[in-house]
Amino acid sequence: MSLASETIASLRAKLTRKEITPVDIITDLEAAIIKQNPALHAYLSRDFDSAKRAAESADITLPLGGIPIGFKDNINVRGEPCTCGSKILAENYTATYDATVTTKLRNAGAIPFGRLNCDEFAMGSSTENSAFGPSRNPWDHARVPGGSSGGSASAVAGDIAIATLGSDTGGSIRQPAAFCGLVGLKPTYGTVSRYGLVAFASSLDQIGPMTKTVEDAAILLNHLAGKDTHDSTSLSQGSAGVSPVSDFTANLGKDIKNLRIGLPKEYFAEGIHPQIRDRVQQAVKQLESLGANIEEISLPHTGLGIATYYILAPAEASANLARFDGVRYGHRAIGTNDVLEHYFASRGEGFGPEVKRRILLGTYVLSSGYYDAYYIKAQKARTLIRDDFSAAFMKVDVILSPTSPVPPFRIGEHRDDPLAMYLADAFTVTLNLAGLPGISVPCGFIEEEGKALPVGLQLIGKPHDESTLLRTAHAYEQATEWHKQHPR
Amino acid sequence: MPRYITTIGLEVHAQLNTRSKMFCPCAVEYGAEPNTRTCPVCLGLPGALPVLNLAAIEKTILTGLMLDCRTPDISKWDRKNYFYPDMPKNYQLTQFDQPLCIGGGVPLYELSYPKDAQKTIKNPGKVVKLTRIHLEEDVGKSTHTGAGTLLDFNRAGTPLMEIVSDPDLETAEEAFAYLNSLRQILIYGGVSEADMEKGQMRCDVNISVRPEEQKELGAKIELKNLNSVSAVRRAIHHEVARQTECLERGEKLVQSTRRWDDDRGETQLMRTKEDAHDYRYFPDPDLLPIHTSPILERMRVHKPELPHEKCARFVQDYAVSAYDANVLASEKPLANWFEQAVAADTKVPAKKIANWVINELLGHLNASNATLADSKVTPQALNQLVADVELGKISNNQAKEVFEEMFATGETPVTIIKQKGFEQVSDSGAIEKLCDEVIAANPAKVAEFKAGNDKVLNWMTGQIMKSSSGKANPKVVGDVLRGKLG
Ligand SMILES: [Zn+2]
Repeated sequence: MSLASETIASLRAKLTRKEITPVDIITDLEAAIIKQNPALHAYLSRDFDSAKRAAESADITLPLGGIPIGFKDNINVRGEPCTCGSKILAENYTATYDATVTTKLRNAGAIPFGRLNCDEFAMGSSTENSAFGPSRNPWDHARVPGGSSGGSASAVAGDIAIATLGSDTGGSIRQPAAFCGLVGLKPTYGTVSRYGLVAFASSLDQIGPMTKTVEDAAILLNHLAGKDTHDSTSLSQGSAGVSPVSDFTANLGKDIKNLRIGLPKEYFAEGIHPQIRDRVQQAVKQLESLGANIEEISLPHTGLGIATYYILAPAEASANLARFDGVRYGHRAIGTNDVLEHYFASRGEGFGPEVKRRILLGTYVLSSGYYDAYYIKAQKARTLIRDDFSAAFMKVDVILSPTSPVPPFRIGEHRDDPLAMYLADAFTVTLNLAGLPGISVPCGFIEEEGKALPVGLQLIGKPHDESTLLRTAHAYEQATEWHKQHPR
Repeated sequence: MPRYITTIGLEVHAQLNTRSKMFCPCAVEYGAEPNTRTCPVCLGLPGALPVLNLAAIEKTILTGLMLDCRTPDISKWDRKNYFYPDMPKNYQLTQFDQPLCIGGGVPLYELSYPKDAQKTIKNPGKVVKLTRIHLEEDVGKSTHTGAGTLLDFNRAGTPLMEIVSDPDLETAEEAFAYLNSLRQILIYGGVSEADMEKGQMRCDVNISVRPEEQKELGAKIELKNLNSVSAVRRAIHHEVARQTECLERGEKLVQSTRRWDDDRGETQLMRTKEDAHDYRYFPDPDLLPIHTSPILERMRVHKPELPHEKCARFVQDYAVSAYDANVLASEKPLANWFEQAVAADTKVPAKKIANWVINELLGHLNASNATLADSKVTPQALNQLVADVELGKISNNQAKEVFEEMFATGETPVTIIKQKGFEQVSDSGAIEKLCDEVIAANPAKVAEFKAGNDKVLNWMTGQIMKSSSGKANPKVVGDVLRGKLG
């Protein structure tokens, strides 16, 4: 078996036992990528030579020593491209600095390797908005891997990456993890530094791991989490209200007896694919059999989630993306006569239609005369959604829902209907609005057109309680076989 | 003919003199090679995030304390959205509705007014009300050349304090005084160098003129490109005259922005209200709101004695005139210099030292176009010189000559007095001998004195000064003569 299909934990064990070397891993990855990537289109770029050099000098005594980690193409790695899936950064931009997560992973011995496709500036749920074309779902190449971290998901599920980083603004880690049958963790807002992550919506963005197992997610989180002096919104473990966790793997393997799991009735209402509902209900039974107490809860303002998200995220994005003007870096239109023309042409040519749509939307809701009606109102709705969760977490420890109400859709299926795509984020955006941690774990398969498509289960935790989330996800994972299945 | 009322409000941008920029560790440094004081944050690279420079917050809160402002418990950051090539992120981090300081005022000092207007101050003791003070980041610098526009981002991200006054000023002279006084206070607090000519302090003027009988303010017209305090004065004079003429002609003034052309001495229309930006302010999600109370408490002890407080103390403690106190307190280094001179030997009357500082030291500095920092005279040396005069060791005129030398060479008074042979003979033995000689040689004059002609004493003193070639202490001579004759 190729080392490319293994986990961080298993590779680390083999490295420590000197059964393999870091170079062996890169060599296997190279072979797998050369074979599979043309079909999956998960990687936008990768540099085997520099990865091999890094592998040769890797210090395997470090906790992640010799482990290659793939990066969503919106996280800066010094000397590498960082296109964000956009034409506007495809030229005239090479990262001049390392994101904090890059530095932290390097310090732990990991090798940043490969740039993974995503929807342009993380705006989308399918990677179809990438300027470089969509990635494919390894379970059915005719279908999307989800998004926006679709390349990160496709690579891990297709066994052409060990583990990858994604970013999650409204579900962009969890939904592709569900679509591809992986584990995807969005940490509590502030847990992982955003420094070096190209901002989509600053108050919602979080970087997180996309892995083959819950254990791998916990291992990576150990090296991603922590206060960063470069990000004012990052929080230190052990600071006010944050439970100090030194090792997120510590509680893995502990039981979940008497754990209170809430099922929000609003998340099980109409609109869910019936088979997805069925798989999730089976997962609930499984958790119950493991000793968890299941109860129905209510998150009454769930219905405001999508509207709130699609006001606040574009508002922040409209300012965040203003810097891409072709003046200092990035795509620069030629033949313009004055600065205004330069802006129009450079941005007009550089951004794709979905990004333009959201910039327009965001600009509109911030405009004088509309600000109160949209932006302020959305902030109030955000508070209501957050309060819903706070109230619910008085009664339960973990909340459970499907990750996505729909299975992976066919490439092109929603091309002319952005709204349908937006609505598919209904179960994931609320966590970002409330800043809560969420994890998607595989909970079975459904069959569509003769193909088995993965289904994801979403577990939602209290703020900074990734530990309980990981323990619950791990208990479920260990009781099932879903994570052991690989696409053919 | 109707009379017109002028209303003026000022928006001042002052660069804080912090070592590093507002949101990144880059050095604030003028004159550095272009684009060498930059990093991912101040260049607005993808993924970079701002982090607050606490020193800038402290200095702004200190400014608020000096100007009697209120600092709310919570202050926050907003994004002001507009595109311009010298602004790396195409939004500026600023404070929209929760600034660091609210209210307060700037006292107008007599000496802050233009020299030619100090005698005709309309509202003595006026304190101009402030609306707010907030903090924001400066932009880069564009240089337009024939070949294109060059951008230097060294300045981008420098902390900039915006001080907004109420429309509380009435004349160009008040605006002039406001800027001088504000500058003086900022320097006193050590928060900014506040030099308009160096761009460390910039000022936009809002000005409106209306007929006396009209209640509501006239159209607000904003003046830009004012690069010195005197330009502000000239521009306001020009603009008041222009707006008044317009109104007299029956024209309607509209809200607009005009650019001051210093060479031509006139303003030109830049844009009218219709072109106004919608800045789409919203709270910055990258920076947390600031909890000001602990900073405010910490800064209270750093609040310096302000110019007017210092003035009052000088009058009280040193018995100097109010005017002299004003002059001495006008600049903090001068006030410190003066106090060091007084402290060097407290037996020397402070008032006398004040006279020497104001008349001689400042006189010489002005004449040679130098500043206090260039002066070779030390406070201790001046004290010594004044002491010598007070003790009668040298005459006042001789002392002026000595000062001249001190100013030129930095030598001490002792050395110069020796060199010039100015040491006065106060030894009464030697003087008695000289007196005896004069009395003996002039019996007729002695008789005149005894008959009641006091003036003879001056004549005799003169003779003795001559025979001592000016070295005898005239006061001692007078005393000895009186003793011998009386
Ligand atoms: Zn910088």
